[in-house]
Amino acid sequence: MSRVLVGVKRVIDYAVKIRVKPDHSGVVTDGVKHSMNPFCEIAVEEAVKLKEKKFIKEVVAVSCGPTQVTETIRTALAMGCDRGIHVEVSGKDYEAMGPLQISKIFAALAKKEEASLVILGKQAIDDDCNQTGQMTAALLDWPQGTFASEVTIDGEKVKVVREIDGGLETIKISMPAVLTADLRLNTPRYATLPNIMKAKKKKIANMKPADLGVDEPPTRLAGVKVETVDDLVAKLKANGTI
Amino acid sequence: MLLGKVSLTPALCTALRISPAFSGIQKQIGAAATQNARLYASSQAAEAVLDKQAVGTTTATKAATAKKAQSVESQSFAVNMFKGQINPSQVFPFPSVMNEEQTQFLQELVPPVSKFFEEVNDPAKNDSLEKVEDSTMESLKEMGAFGLQVPQDLGGVGLTNTQYARLVEIVGQHDLGVGITLGAHQSIGFKGILLVGSPAQKEKYLPKLATGETLAAFCLTEPASGSDAASIKTLATLSPCGKHYILNGGKIWISNGGLAEIFTVFAKMPMMDEKTGQMKDKITAFIVERSFGGVTHGPPEKKMGIKASNTAEVYFENVPVPIENVLGEVGGGFKVAMAILNNGRFGMAAALSGTMKGVITQAVDHAANRVQFGSKIHTYGAIQEKLARMTMLQYVTESMAYMISGNMDSGSKDYHIEAAISKIFASEAAWEVTDECIQVMGGMGFMKGSGVERVMRDLRIFRIFEGTNDILRLFVALNGFQDAGKHLKSLQKALKNPLGNAGLLAGEITKRAKRTAGLSTGLTLQGSVHPELSHSGNLAVKAIEHFGVTVEDMLLKYGKNILHEQFVLKRVADSAIDLYAMVVVLSSCSAMETYLMKLPTNSSCADVASRGSLELCRLPAL
Repeated sequence: MSRVLVGVKRVIDYAVKIRVKPDHSGVVTDGVKHSMNPFCEIAVEEAVKLKEKKFIKEVVAVSCGPTQVTETIRTALAMGCDRGIHVEVSGKDYEAMGPLQISKIFAALAKKEEASLVILGKQAIDDDCNQTGQMTAALLDWPQGTFASEVTIDGEKVKVVREIDGGLETIKISMPAVLTADLRLNTPRYATLPNIMKAKKKKIANMKPADLGVDEPPTRLAGVKVETVDDLVAKLKANGTI
Repeated sequence: MLLGKVSLTPALCTALRISPAFSGIQKQIGAAATQNARLYASSQAAEAVLDKQAVGTTTATKAATAKKAQSVESQSFAVNMFKGQINPSQVFPFPSVMNEEQTQFLQELVPPVSKFFEEVNDPAKNDSLEKVEDSTMESLKEMGAFGLQVPQDLGGVGLTNTQYARLVEIVGQHDLGVGITLGAHQSIGFKGILLVGSPAQKEKYLPKLATGETLAAFCLTEPASGSDAASIKTLATLSPCGKHYILNGGKIWISNGGLAEIFTVFAKMPMMDEKTGQMKDKITAFIVERSFGGVTHGPPEKKMGIKASNTAEVYFENVPVPIENVLGEVGGGFKVAMAILNNGRFGMAAALSGTMKGVITQAVDHAANRVQFGSKIHTYGAIQEKLARMTMLQYVTESMAYMISGNMDSGSKDYHIEAAISKIFASEAAWEVTDECIQVMGGMGFMKGSGVERVMRDLRIFRIFEGTNDILRLFVALNGFQDAGKHLKSLQKALKNPLGNAGLLAGEITKRAKRTAGLSTGLTLQGSVHPELSHSGNLAVKAIEHFGVTVEDMLLKYGKNILHEQFVLKRVADSAIDLYAMVVVLSSCSAMETYLMKLPTNSSCADVASRGSLELCRLPAL
């Protein structure tokens, strides 16, 4: 029961009023306040709590993106993570990146770091994909406890209370496993100034997706508009999808 | 080569605009080496002759006079302003004192602190409870907010003045009551230990103060001693055993008085004055622990504002204070008090610039949404003018706060006039800005719910405590006059030995001749300010020249009695404040990469220029 990997994503702060770029190519991000995805904060808090309860020895915070994401990793360190890993992806690659590539990176890291748990936020507030946790578990072939509102470690198993549409579901899964944090899992602590100071001394390792054997995200092909359903079916048959 | 003693003839006096009767040079009047006097009286001829003579002057004398001139010369902009000079070293370029690591560290500190104040601290609750909520206090202590400037190895965050200013800005933006609780503790309460404490005192007290385990308070004011701090009556007498001072007295209006464990107390002690051989009352500063026994406090005072901050009377009854707890030198307490207050003053400007930001945001928010007569009210000139003025005042205050913190971080010890100016400006600007904010918001501004009325009530005390604005104005004016007077005196001294001070004198004569002729004396801010601000830069230079002349006129007219001419002193101080404000924004705007603040800068300068000339013109008539 040694190591937990926590994924943190740098997103536009939840309180910011989002503006669309004049050329409609995306959302204005320059000069806009960014912070850690709120669900990632909850994930970090849970990991640090597990460490404080002595269930795990080390918490590693991971983030993928350009240089600015190190700020987010530092916040995680200030909350109590032991060290950080910055997987560098910038520019166009970063914009094209989605849950599949992130999951591949996390899966590779989980194996490399021999993690017992990977804890992620249930979704990011910018794209609301709600896919990364599930994909990571699938790639690793690990059990998953998603939408967790309560996590208890019981020997080699994890008891997860999940918030689902019908109410609450309790499952018991074996480790290693992937968990995704939901809103009511905990209340993240505020980073205190002394902890921020201590965090400065903690290490952040730098690497590229290629180092983990993960390839570049594929270029996205343009879509085609069709007039009728029959056209759609014909096109899909033609390119072999059905 | 040269030629006997040159005496002060009337001609020379006119050239230097010094009244022959001004200061004890009377003896020399009469006997004249007329030839030389005539040489000196004509500026151009004098320059030519003096240059030749300068060559002959020994390098030793030159170096000696140069050195003397430098040691007397202050680097403070304000001080030089009073002499009609521009010393740009502390103002241009705008101080940029943080290295990359410090800047990055600060950027990491701002979000958690902002978040805390936005989400956890409840200023309205604190105001109605008339105390800071217990849970908030606990969180603030955990956060490390009580030891921001204590060195890291003693348990604090170890911030520089600039970093501290940035965080205090956040506090000021949200809750001044909490701001005062924190400030009374660290900005003045235990600042003395930081500034003049012995290593043993620092080790003993700072760690617990840094974590907030113990709180501190600054105890100077008494019922009969407010601005007149030197008249305090709390008495400290050495015990028979010689190991303790016994403290007796009462202090009023002490922030954190009811909460503090550690008090910086100022008391008088009769001491032998070495010079006169007589017993004199001198003030000593002490670190007093509540646990010493005999320390009690009164109930929390009911106030107009900063209600969350605890203000109480503190009584000392036969409190035994170990002699190791003397802070600084025995008898040097007044200096310690002044050092503490001076050192913390920039914090006020920083906090208030944050407060103004907060209320301006509310005013703008309201103006951008409120529709009357068919349009959003921010489209109306009357509202736009208000918002513009509010922004100008906030910009000046913020620029002043960071200029001073930057100077302090660069090691300057010469910032007291500027710090006083910033406190006066910030407290008055904040009051005006918040008042206008309420006006823009109309009835809503008056309602408790919007929170602006609370800010208004909180702000009133800022013009009063930590040195009333009226006293600080006298301080600014008198300090400035004192230095200008010294400069004049040194000129007179130089006149006694004109050859050794040839360069200095020639410069002065040329300058004054040019001034009388209406020519520019060469003072300029070109090169320091951005080209688009050059007109404002010129306004500033003209104003400073005019100011220097007026200061000299006043000195010549009143001499030492200027001390009592408070009508003059106040107006001179107001001008000094205005001029410093102009220069600060010119520097701040020139330093920014995009000249976003061009408009406020140029407007502020134009404003001051038109106001300044009026003020200064009125002075000679008094």
